[in-house]
Amino acid sequence: MANTIKIDIVSAEEEVWSGEGTMVFAPAEMGEIGIAPQHAPLLTRLKPGEIRVQQASGEEQFFYVSGGMLEVQGHVVTVLSDTALRAADLDEAAALEAQRRAEQALADRTGELELAKAKAELMQAAAQIRAIQKLRAKGGRA
Amino acid sequence: MAGGKEIRTQIKSIQNTQKITKAMEMVAASKMRRAQERMRQARPYADKMRSVVAHLAQASLEYKHSFTRERDVKRVGFIIVSTDRGLCGGLNINLFREAVNALSEWQSKNVEIDVTAIGTKGLGFFKRIGANIVSEATRLGDAPQLTDLIGAMKIMLDAYGEGRIDRLYVVHNRFVSAMSQLPQIEQLLPIHADEPDEKLKSHWDYLYEPDAREVVDALMTRYIESLIYQGVTENIACEMGARMVAMKSASDNAGTLIDELQLVYNKARQAAITQEIAEIVGGAAAV
Repeated sequence: MANTIKIDIVSAEEEVWSGEGTMVFAPAEMGEIGIAPQHAPLLTRLKPGEIRVQQASGEEQFFYVSGGMLEVQGHVVTVLSDTALRAADLDEAAALEAQRRAEQALADRTGELELAKAKAELMQAAAQIRAIQKLRAKGGRA
Repeated sequence: MAGGKEIRTQIKSIQNTQKITKAMEMVAASKMRRAQERMRQARPYADKMRSVVAHLAQASLEYKHSFTRERDVKRVGFIIVSTDRGLCGGLNINLFREAVNALSEWQSKNVEIDVTAIGTKGLGFFKRIGANIVSEATRLGDAPQLTDLIGAMKIMLDAYGEGRIDRLYVVHNRFVSAMSQLPQIEQLLPIHADEPDEKLKSHWDYLYEPDAREVVDALMTRYIESLIYQGVTENIACEMGARMVAMKSASDNAGTLIDELQLVYNKARQAAITQEIAEIVGGAAAV
């Protein structure tokens, strides 16, 4: 099988497509690249764009990716697609938002980290659950 | 008839509760199936990611990423994945216990702790015990998107990249089966490279586009993100499983209660009838 190459396209949320092709075109960051079988190992970032897979039957498959990574290793092309548009400033904004919410939540924080208290509390809660289960087992038999 | 009416009302009210818990059980069961499906769908990405990172670890890399370097531990980060809603038995409590044990171990070594809370329950709990929460992601719903988590994760990853934390862990429930969930602590950073694959063990390196540093940075970040995302999807399947079990036992409990009350009610009713007959007989005899 020297003249085909295996292609796996996956995103964080699901497996998008997997199959064989004779040629793959992908929107790499430095420009579109074409990958034929026996390509050298390659690792690149993808821009938002279209991935084209030419199949041996002459059919073409199209996939849209909003960015991600592409790896070529031996006879396998792996596309790790992003599901969302990723840009440094967008990520930054999301991070700041997550931090802001956390700070807001901590606004009325009381004092230092009290792990001992937390442990005691959890023990109590777990004991309550166990007790309820025991009671239930008893009640069930009665 | 002593308390007959009261008992009947009580039975009615318990029956209503039972209807609700039964419905919740069924909803949780169907949601669990869907959550399991999502968990399964997220797996190929993480698997592929893992193999690419493993390849990368074997390539004679010209650039070593900070995510793979071990450092002295002065401050650790914990990402704690909990549920948004309650009524799921001891799921969160067991998880928090595990997390608190780990935290107190670090605390006893005078290591400071940062926490990222995913899920409202975790946020509430760790806030209450006074943990230093650096970021949070809550109200993710039943089908979380990676986008919802990016912000919260970036805070931790940046902190590691800039050397503010020296270890990063994720705490989430592992889905063993619908009936059983196990809290689990996983080390995310620094990344432990897997055992080298023998057949790939030669001197080679990838071609990088645009250059090694940028590509590896992006890849490492996505790798960690995919691990966390997988933890979150798995935790949701756990939540649904735990809720299903909790609601089933609540429905069963309601059933037992109803049976007992029914017995009491019947006895009371019988006693009342007997008494009435006795009274009538007594009255007739007196005439």
